[in-house]
Amino acid sequence: MDLKETELTLGLPGAGVKRGFMDTLDLLKSNRSRGTTKRIDDQEATSSPKPPAAKVQSVGWPPVRASRKNAMKSGAGCNFVKVAVDGAPYLRKVDLEMYGSYEELLKALEEMFSCYGSDYVPTYEDKDGDWMMVGDVPWKMFAETCKKIRLVKSCDVVGLGPKL
Amino acid sequence: MGVFWVGVEIGSELQPAQFQVLGGKYQAPSIELGLSHSLRSELQSAQFQVLGVKLRWVLGLGVSIRMIQSFPEEALEHVLSFVDSHGDRNSVSLVCKTWYETDRWCRRRLFIGNCYAVSPPIVTRRFWDIRSLTIKGKPHFADYNLVPQGWGAHALPWIAAMGEAYPGLEELRLKRMVVSDEALELIGKCFRNFRVLVLCCCDGFSTDGLVSIAANCRNLRVLELIESEVDDIRGNWISHFPDCFTSLESLNISCLESDLPFAALERLVDRCPNLKSLRVNRSVPLEKLAILVRKAPQLTDLGTGLFMTDSRPELHTKLAGAFSRCNELKSLSGLWDVAPSYLPTLYSACPRLTSLNLSYAPIQSPDLVKLLSHCKNLQRLWVLDYIEDRGLEALASSCKDLQELRVFPSEPYDHEPNIALTEQGLVSVAVGCPKLQSVLYFCRRMSNHALVTIATSRPTLTRFRLCIIEPLCPDYVTQGPLDEGFGAIVEHCKDLKRLSMSGFITDRVFQLIGAHGKKLEMLSLAFAGNSDVGLHYVLSGCKNLKKLEIRDCPFGDRALLFNASKLETMRSLWMSSCQVSYGGCQVLGEKMPRLNVEVIHEKGLPESRSEQCLVEHLYVYRTVAGPRSDAPEFVWTMKDSPSMRCPPKEQLLP
Repeated sequence: MDLKETELTLGLPGAGVKRGFMDTLDLLKSNRSRGTTKRIDDQEATSSPKPPAAKVQSVGWPPVRASRKNAMKSGAGCNFVKVAVDGAPYLRKVDLEMYGSYEELLKALEEMFSCYGSDYVPTYEDKDGDWMMVGDVPWKMFAETCKKIRLVKSCDVVGLGPKL
Repeated sequence: MGVFWVGVEIGSELQPAQFQVLGGKYQAPSIELGLSHSLRSELQSAQFQVLGVKLRWVLGLGVSIRMIQSFPEEALEHVLSFVDSHGDRNSVSLVCKTWYETDRWCRRRLFIGNCYAVSPPIVTRRFWDIRSLTIKGKPHFADYNLVPQGWGAHALPWIAAMGEAYPGLEELRLKRMVVSDEALELIGKCFRNFRVLVLCCCDGFSTDGLVSIAANCRNLRVLELIESEVDDIRGNWISHFPDCFTSLESLNISCLESDLPFAALERLVDRCPNLKSLRVNRSVPLEKLAILVRKAPQLTDLGTGLFMTDSRPELHTKLAGAFSRCNELKSLSGLWDVAPSYLPTLYSACPRLTSLNLSYAPIQSPDLVKLLSHCKNLQRLWVLDYIEDRGLEALASSCKDLQELRVFPSEPYDHEPNIALTEQGLVSVAVGCPKLQSVLYFCRRMSNHALVTIATSRPTLTRFRLCIIEPLCPDYVTQGPLDEGFGAIVEHCKDLKRLSMSGFITDRVFQLIGAHGKKLEMLSLAFAGNSDVGLHYVLSGCKNLKKLEIRDCPFGDRALLFNASKLETMRSLWMSSCQVSYGGCQVLGEKMPRLNVEVIHEKGLPESRSEQCLVEHLYVYRTVAGPRSDAPEFVWTMKDSPSMRCPPKEQLLP
């Protein structure tokens, strides 16, 4: 990813400048486009110079509250869960409905939190309040029962699983 | 308009006089003030009846400060008790020392628009006895995930301080604050006569905290959780209202996710005869709703759960019957997952409805039109874009009392339009509804022509929030910027207080906003403008601007520093992904000691923190409390000289 592309330069509108999209890198990382993961990959592959305006999601755009996003579709619609990373000062949210498999989810998490290194084990809290390892149960069951995700440092992983 | 002179004429004897209050918002017809007085004697028997006045300090009309000061304090207190608007109350306290002192003693209701603009000790030192407190925390853009978790706005320190100073506190309304279970437990413990708890867009608590409220607040009247994030551990917190608890008037738990034990809810509704407002959550099925509505025909406001189930004629009849008995019902919401076949059960209640929230109901346009045709008295409608242009046209012809319209996107992340809703729908409503004041509209295309039509047809608009879903989307007809259209809005709608813009707009529009937006209090911008000049126009032109929130605009240091003193007249400024540099923030912080200039870096501190480095998020707000002591490590407050720059709290620990 060419960082120069993320630099903001002022100019008249329509001059092909990525005005207003300073953090393209952040946008691609945040990976919020539902079902458009493919589109972003395509863009990177062709290194198209056109502004990402139409194809990439920005954080918080359009301005729709999370409660509305979650509540709007019935059942299989949106499923936002918080993702915490040990040592990170902030939380992120992911919509589990956007992913069809563990691979997709883990790839997205890896991209989102790459600045913290790769020495993490993904764990999650299920409906019963138990902390489990991500990947233990079939994907669909995971998507339905996962309440929160936490990326734990590998060295801290001890005795995860349902309480006896 | 609405001027009541407090005082007497100097040097003459005042006959019982009649002061007429002309118009004004308190609608007092007339006041008789009978006084006899000579310049040096004490005021005697100041008997008067005040029916509600708007106090205004009028100079040069024979009124003397000295006379005001010798007004008996009880009289002043009595008069001031009618001044309940927060703005007016603040003005009253600035008139003179006596009025300030009187206000200190007798103010009972307090509004704090930014929890960090003051501090709990400042409040408790100033006011003697507060009964109702409203506090707002995080900036508005926190609603859209732009403020990192852990930023602040903690309710606990406030509640703890109020617990000590104001044990008589009865009402607490919090918006965008982090409320812990501990804070909720404290409410239950400290305030014997606690009556009203409203948590709007809050988070940080679980249903365990609600157990404390239910179990301990014996006089609770209002419990409203509005769009708050609640950790739903147990549904049975509602069973903790004691059997002798009967005072509930309003219950809003629509944002809770888990199943509620229905029997407990039913018993609660049964024993609270004053219950006027009930908004249940999604888990309450339709057949149970019928039971609740039948038990509470006195409801004025109802929020349903799921409005669908398989077709059952006897349930249909039951529901229709229950609704037909709700003669006071004015407001309806909830309506998640609606089965259109059950909509007719609402028809008997529709003619009385003034407020209808269908924004979670995926009902298609024809069914919506049918429903709305029964709602001739509607004043507020929230709906999904499934209503389409044709539905809005029908709305415009049947609901002539409409004041507020909000149209939400059903598929906000799709780039292609999925339904036939365009700018035309909004134009129909603006043209057809003479009382329209407030608009929130999501759509996928707009034109200057449409905006000009809206502006000229409806100059009464006070709130106009337009979100064209694609950023930088131009006028679809001319392919040019939407400057002219938004310019027309600010030019014609002279009472416009709130504006949100989107689409392709240049600095030109800001010139127009600065020139015409004299009553504008809140402005939201995204992907707009060309340069600092745009920001400068807004800051220098909009006299009444209180809140400015900006994201992804090419605004930088120059306009900000040039207009630094303007920022002290505003509540707050938010800028994210703009072109403000770290160096610029430093200068601003040094220049303006009464502002907190918060630099928020989500990914941790910028590596170099060089002057040219651009900040991710900037939040500037006026404060008398100084830099806050609870700032997390990714928030830096720029202050005074570089060596005194406020370190995050971790570094203060030994």
